[in-house]
Amino acid sequence: MKVPAPLVRLWHRLGSPRWFFETSAPWLPWLLGLGVVFLGAGAFWGLALAPADYLQGNSFRIIYVHVPAAILAQSCYMLMGTCGVVLLVWRMKLADMVLEAAAPIGASFTALALVTGAVWGKPTWGTWWTWDARVTSMLILLFLYLGIIGLRQALARPEAAGRACAILAIVGLVNIPIIKYSVDWWLTLHQPSTFKLTEKPAMPPSMWIPLLLSVLGFYALFVWSVLQSTRVVVLERERRTTWVQNFVAEQGSKA
Amino acid sequence: MKIPGLFWGQFRRDGALALRQPGELANPLAFFVLVITLFPLGVSPESAVLAPLAAGVLWIAALLSTLLGLEGLFRRDRDEGTLEQLVLHGDPLVFAVLARLLVHWLGTGLPLTLLAPVLGAMLALPEAARWPVTAGLALGTPILVLLGGVGAALTVSLRSGGVLLALLVLPLFIPVLILGVSVAELAVAGLPTAPVLAWLGAGAALALITAPFAIAGALSIAVETG
Repeated sequence: MKVPAPLVRLWHRLGSPRWFFETSAPWLPWLLGLGVVFLGAGAFWGLALAPADYLQGNSFRIIYVHVPAAILAQSCYMLMGTCGVVLLVWRMKLADMVLEAAAPIGASFTALALVTGAVWGKPTWGTWWTWDARVTSMLILLFLYLGIIGLRQALARPEAAGRACAILAIVGLVNIPIIKYSVDWWLTLHQPSTFKLTEKPAMPPSMWIPLLLSVLGFYALFVWSVLQSTRVVVLERERRTTWVQNFVAEQGSKA
Repeated sequence: MKIPGLFWGQFRRDGALALRQPGELANPLAFFVLVITLFPLGVSPESAVLAPLAAGVLWIAALLSTLLGLEGLFRRDRDEGTLEQLVLHGDPLVFAVLARLLVHWLGTGLPLTLLAPVLGAMLALPEAARWPVTAGLALGTPILVLLGGVGAALTVSLRSGGVLLALLVLPLFIPVLILGVSVAELAVAGLPTAPVLAWLGAGAALALITAPFAIAGALSIAVETG
């Protein structure tokens, strides 16, 4: 199979943090704008226009925050696992920088999903916390994130920390489906049909279109914040290069 | 396939070192027994209360005592420079890792498994579950050592990696815990336990062929970056 030439060129360019830093700058306002517009539209539609759920009333509206956060929490780990492979196989510096930048963001989305889940659980399940399969796997995912963040902070040398985190991210990525299936299976063993709510009723379009909008908005904001914090990591790690020093001096004279 | 000399050399060396320090071997086991002793004291000595908890207590104690033994797994080899020589050696590091883990399991996982029927009886583990739980531990403790080895290798260069090691490794242990405990539940309910034991066996096989490479990778990172 032949890889198209522009892709190969892009791949090689990604090897340069400077190229990434300069190319990503014009994307930022667009991503932020898209995120705000989609999330705003999704939130307004979901909170004000969408009909109330026949069973849960208005409390279901937290779905417009909860579901996107949960999706992002998992996507972010996929991203980190992929970066781990890229770092170990091709030794691409940028992959390590993304891995470092994405971990706290992914952990925040996981925590957000858990908290909104608890808030949603109180009116619908009657309890803040239940050992539901999805809740449990989400909690374990949070621990996986905290492990990666902790390992990065504990290892002093950035190169060692990057490669160690890459191995851990890959091990975690392999384990996520195993953990997920074992927890699902454990619950079918323990709680036969206590809560039927995990089976979602088919939603009418007036409910799922705003959900789709807010998922897209979350994705745009996620990409925006990963790019932003990767840029910060680039500046930090490359601080001894002339281009970073020039850039910082330029920013300083502007201010 | 010819097993490289590195494997046997490392196996003999680690075996001899372990036998010369029986105290270090006994500590995790003593810890295992101690944790189990705490449960009847803390929860209830009534066998009606203990019986449904017994398998879970055995497994959690096994998890914790494995965790306790992990920290020193590669630490001394790194401090004295043996690890560096192993990385430089012509044979792949994986074989030395495998030998190290095998010795470690023979010293911790195996005696722990052998103790389980006795401690199970003390915890009023239902008789139907005794041998299935023991079989589960026999298959599950190698997984714990292999997965834990990854965490131990990643934190080998840290002075005090204990708490971080627990954070890295315990989430990965969860599937083993779930499968191990459900073996007991199935046995008590009179259902066949072979399928779940087969899953544990599959997990052990998967961990055996993947984890040593992750461990070897993590150890070379630690050596290369000082």
